[in-house]
Amino acid sequence: MSGRENILARIRAHAAAGEDEPARAARVEAHLGAHARGTVPARGQQDKAGRIALLRQILEGQSASVRELDALGAVPAEIADYLRRHNLAPRLGMGDDAALAGLDWGGANLELRHGRANAELESACSMAFAAVAESGTLVLTSGPDNPTSLNFMPDNHIIVLRADQVMGSYEDGWDALRAAFADGPPRTVNYVSGPSRTGDIEQTILLGAHGPRRLHVIIVK
Amino acid sequence: MHADTRHFRQAAGKALIDGQLQKALGNVKRGFIAKRAKARDALPEFDRLRDEARDIKIHTLAHLDLYLSRFEDKVKAAGGQVHWAETEAEAREAVLEICRAAGAKTVTKGKSMITEEIGLNAFLEQSELKVVETDLGEYLVQIRGETPSHIIAPAVHLNKEQIEHDFRERHKDLPPERQLSDPVQLVAEARQVLRQAFISADVGITGANFLIAETGQTVIVTNEGNGDLTQTLPKVHIVMASIEKAVPTLEDASTLIRVLARSATGQEISTYTTFSAGPRREGDPDGPQEFHVVLLDNGRSSVLGGPFQDMLRCIRCGACLNHCPIYQHVGGHAYGSVYPGPMGSVLTPLLQGVQEAAHLPYACTLCGRCEAVCPERIALPDMLRRWRARDFAAKPPLAGAKPALKLWAALAACPRAYQLVTGAAIRLLALLGGRKGRIGRLPLMGAWTKHRDLPAPQGQSFLAQWKAGRRK
Ligand code: SF4
Repeated sequence: MSGRENILARIRAHAAAGEDEPARAARVEAHLGAHARGTVPARGQQDKAGRIALLRQILEGQSASVRELDALGAVPAEIADYLRRHNLAPRLGMGDDAALAGLDWGGANLELRHGRANAELESACSMAFAAVAESGTLVLTSGPDNPTSLNFMPDNHIIVLRADQVMGSYEDGWDALRAAFADGPPRTVNYVSGPSRTGDIEQTILLGAHGPRRLHVIIVK
Repeated sequence: MHADTRHFRQAAGKALIDGQLQKALGNVKRGFIAKRAKARDALPEFDRLRDEARDIKIHTLAHLDLYLSRFEDKVKAAGGQVHWAETEAEAREAVLEICRAAGAKTVTKGKSMITEEIGLNAFLEQSELKVVETDLGEYLVQIRGETPSHIIAPAVHLNKEQIEHDFRERHKDLPPERQLSDPVQLVAEARQVLRQAFISADVGITGANFLIAETGQTVIVTNEGNGDLTQTLPKVHIVMASIEKAVPTLEDASTLIRVLARSATGQEISTYTTFSAGPRREGDPDGPQEFHVVLLDNGRSSVLGGPFQDMLRCIRCGACLNHCPIYQHVGGHAYGSVYPGPMGSVLTPLLQGVQEAAHLPYACTLCGRCEAVCPERIALPDMLRRWRARDFAAKPPLAGAKPALKLWAALAACPRAYQLVTGAAIRLLALLGGRKGRIGRLPLMGAWTKHRDLPAPQGQSFLAQWKAGRRK
C-alpha cells in the first residue's frame, strides 16, 4: 500500500468508530453541498451606507487611507493627486482590467505600465472583486486583469472598489465569488486588510514589512 | 522532530535568570493578552464562534479521510499535485525531489511550523540548497542559528539591540556606519535584504492554516506579505501541511478565520489571508508554474479516536502560550520542543513519545487559563493531567510511596483514627510554624520547601472547628 492508502486507512480505522461508509459519505456530501453559515457577526449586517462606513472605519484604523468618489471617471485625477501628495513619480502599474483600461489616464498625466510587477515598480493600482465590511477587508482575484504581484511588490498599492461590491460578511463575498467563477475559484484570492506590517521586533507594530507600506482605497459610488 | 525536551528543569532555571530574555518576555504579557481581550470584547459573537469553531473541527476530524480525498481531487483538478507523507523523512524527501526536479538552487520560505517539526531547513541545506526564511521573526531566528520560541512570534525572545548586533554581523556588505538602533531601520534593512531573496528564488515553500476540501484551496495568513511573495514569484510553490488542517467549506473557513487572528494577535483579521488553488492559469501574468501540496501525517492519524484526539483541533493561534504563567516566565526554548507552551506539552509527547517528553506535562500549574482562552476550547489541562497519570503509571514507584499511600488509604477508611492522626499532625505543624506561621524547612519534604515556605495550619482541623462551633 502507498503512503496515501496507509494514511487514509488509519484515519478510517480510528475516526469512523465502526460507522458504515455510506452514512459517513452521505454526511460529507450533505455538508459540502449545504454551504451552511455559522454565526455571522451582526456588525456587518447593515444597509449599504452602513457597510461602507464600517469598512472605511476599520481600514483607517489599520493605517490605510480611504477616499470616496462619485464616479469612476474621477479615479485617474485622484490617483495623480495621491501620488503627488506623497511625492511619488506619476507612474502606475496595472493589469488589463477593463474598467480601469477605459479611463483617461493620459489626461491625468499618469504614465502606465501594464502586466505583472517588477522590482522597480513603485506604485500600482488594482480593481477589487469585492470588500467585506465586517473586518475591513478587500477581496482581490488573480488573473491578467489584476496580477497578484501588484498587490505585494510595490511600495504603494491603490485599490479601486465599487460601492455596490461592499459585502457585509465573508460568506456574502464567497457567494458573489461562486456566482462569478462557476468553474471554481481563481488561482489566488487575496484578502487585504491594510498595508503590510510586522510585530516581530519587540511586539511593536511597524508598517511596510515586505508588502506595500501604503494602502489607498478608492470607493466609487 | 529533533528537539531535546529532557532538560526542561535546567533550561527553565537558566531562563529565569536570563535578563535579556526576561525583558523580552515582558512584551508577551503586555502585548498579546491585552490585545486579545480587546478583540474579544469588540465582537459580541466571539464565544459563540468559538463553539462553532470547535464543532467544525470535530465534524471534520470524524470524516477526515473523506475531506482529504475531496481536497486532493480538487487540487488535481486545478492542476496541482498532492504528495502524501507518513513520516518526517518522507515529507523531507518529497520536498527535496520537487526541488531537484525543478533544478532549484535557492528556496524561500514563508512561516511554517510543520517544516520546523520535520527539520526541513537543515535537510535541504545538507542537500546543497540555499534556504531563506522570509517571515521577519523566522529570519531573525535563522540567522542566529536558533529555533522559534513561539509558534506565531518566533523571535519574541529577542530585544532590538540583539537584532541590531545580528544584522551588523550578517549584512557585512552594507555600510558599517549605517543607523540601526530604531526598529524602523531594522525592518527596512530586512525588507531590502529579503527582497533580493524573493526575486532570485526558484522554489517557494509556505505552510497552510487551512486546506479547503470544497475547492482545493490552501490558505495562509500573514501580516507581512512575505508568504505571498514567497508563493507568487518563484516558478514552484510547495505547500507543507499536516492532515488535520482540512476544513470542509469556505463557510467553515470563515468561522475559523474569525476566531484565529483575534485569539492570536488580537486583530480582527490578519493583514493578508490568501486562498490558493493550483498553479498559474492560462493568461496569468504571474504565479508559480507548479503547485505542490505535501500532506504530512507524522503520527496524527493514530491520535484520532483516542484520548488526545482533541489536540488535532488546534489551529496554532498561540493564545495558550501567551496566557500560560510558565511560558510567560521561561519562554519557548526551555521546553526544548518545536511546539512550546500548553499546546506543545500535550502535542510533543504524541509526536515524539512520552518517554522523550516526559517532563513537559509537568511544566504546568493546571491553572486553566489556556483552556479558558483556546478558540477551539481544547481541554489542555485535562490532557496534561492524563499525560502525568500515564507517566506515573509507567515509572517504577518512588521508594516508600506505595506503603505511605497504603497507610493513608487505611487511615482515610477509618474516620476516628484519621482525625486523631491529622489532628496531631496539624498541631505539630502549627508548632513548627511558630509565630511566623510559616515553615521554612520540613524534614522529608526538602525539595518542596527549598523554594517556598509552607504556610502553617492554624492549630485545628476543619472537622474539629466545625464540631466546636456547633457545640457553642
Ligand atoms: S491549543 Fe488552542 S489556544 Fe493553544 S494554539 Fe491551539 S488553538 Fe490556540
